[in-house]
Amino acid sequence: MSQRVLDILSTRFEGAILQTHGQFGDDTAIVDPAQWKAIAQFLRDDSRLAMDHFIDLTAVHYPDREEGRFEVVLHLRSFDKAHRIRLKARLDLQDDGHVHIDTLADVWAGANWFERECFDMFGVVFEGHPDLRRILMYEEFEGYPLRKDYPADRIQPLVPFREEAQGKLPPFDRHEGMPFGRQTHDHRPGGRNLLGFEREDA
Amino acid sequence: MGEMTQPPTSSPRTLVFEGSEQGFATTRFEDLLNWARKYSLFQYPFVTACCAMEFMALASPRFDMARFGAEAPRFSPRQSDLLWVVGTITQRQAPILKRVYDQMADPKYVLAFGTCASCGGFYDNYTTLAGIDKVVPVDVYVPGCPPRPEGVIDGLLLLQDKIARGDRTARIVKPRQDPIDKVEQLVALRTANQDDLGQA
Repeated sequence: MSQRVLDILSTRFEGAILQTHGQFGDDTAIVDPAQWKAIAQFLRDDSRLAMDHFIDLTAVHYPDREEGRFEVVLHLRSFDKAHRIRLKARLDLQDDGHVHIDTLADVWAGANWFERECFDMFGVVFEGHPDLRRILMYEEFEGYPLRKDYPADRIQPLVPFREEAQGKLPPFDRHEGMPFGRQTHDHRPGGRNLLGFEREDA
Repeated sequence: MGEMTQPPTSSPRTLVFEGSEQGFATTRFEDLLNWARKYSLFQYPFVTACCAMEFMALASPRFDMARFGAEAPRFSPRQSDLLWVVGTITQRQAPILKRVYDQMADPKYVLAFGTCASCGGFYDNYTTLAGIDKVVPVDVYVPGCPPRPEGVIDGLLLLQDKIARGDRTARIVKPRQDPIDKVEQLVALRTANQDDLGQA
């Protein structure tokens, strides 16, 4: 079923789809990182594809490869068309010790925290991300623990107690996670409630 | 189960006189204070993980921690004597635990509930604190993943024992007495008594 998605993609982005394969109904396209965002935008907006469900975004580290040692993996699904696809982009470390790729947070808002986690664990920098901070580990943590070259037995020094919170505090932007309390449910812009339905009093 | 250490018989710390009409006892003031402390442990549960289930079992009627005077949980560290660290502590959480410990008023005791709190357990990784004794002094470690409630009660009794002895040393729990040794002692005592009776 998702083979159709691959066909459409290959026609539209000829040359940017480096490789495709399908297994047990899961179809995968390995794409050019430079076209990462354009492809994502197309997948969401094209009426034949309508990938409105952002499922997952993560990364994998393959230290033994000659090149493309990092893979950013994106899983998408369409509610209407009931098809899904997996995109991969192969990248390498840059001189600053990070991997760089475009953010998808402005394509699917849900990608925001996934990209933060991916940055936290693998050191993948998502260019254009609105708030790229560590999400699970703390500011002082050095290195990226899910990279294969991170020493398994390394124990980092303890951090002192913080009197003041770091970074953003609530109220968060509407896509930045939990609204922390009822009050934000009733004051959403556009007269819509949390689920996107019109409010009765609007 | 651990055996309670008895005060040495050669120098009794509590004397009971039965000659008078009412009867009275003498003891040292600090012993009296420790006796009061050990049966009125106000606890602060610092509960982070799955060990909480065993903690609930322990606090509920079947195992009934209230029998040991450790009944009332206080959710302010300033009102509590005993810090239960129940579950895994991450590196990120460690300063918070330290802060809670610092806020408790003396005398204060810490019980590491379960393997994770005692030594990090199987979370031998980049994020987990390998035992809360890296941050706060621990009085009693209760192993187990999670520990059986009986094991925790044993730990609680060891802590009471430690309080009664007035022992404030962190990280040192007196070795448990092997029950077999005690049986042998009793047998020896009985034999000696019988020998005495036989001679008389």
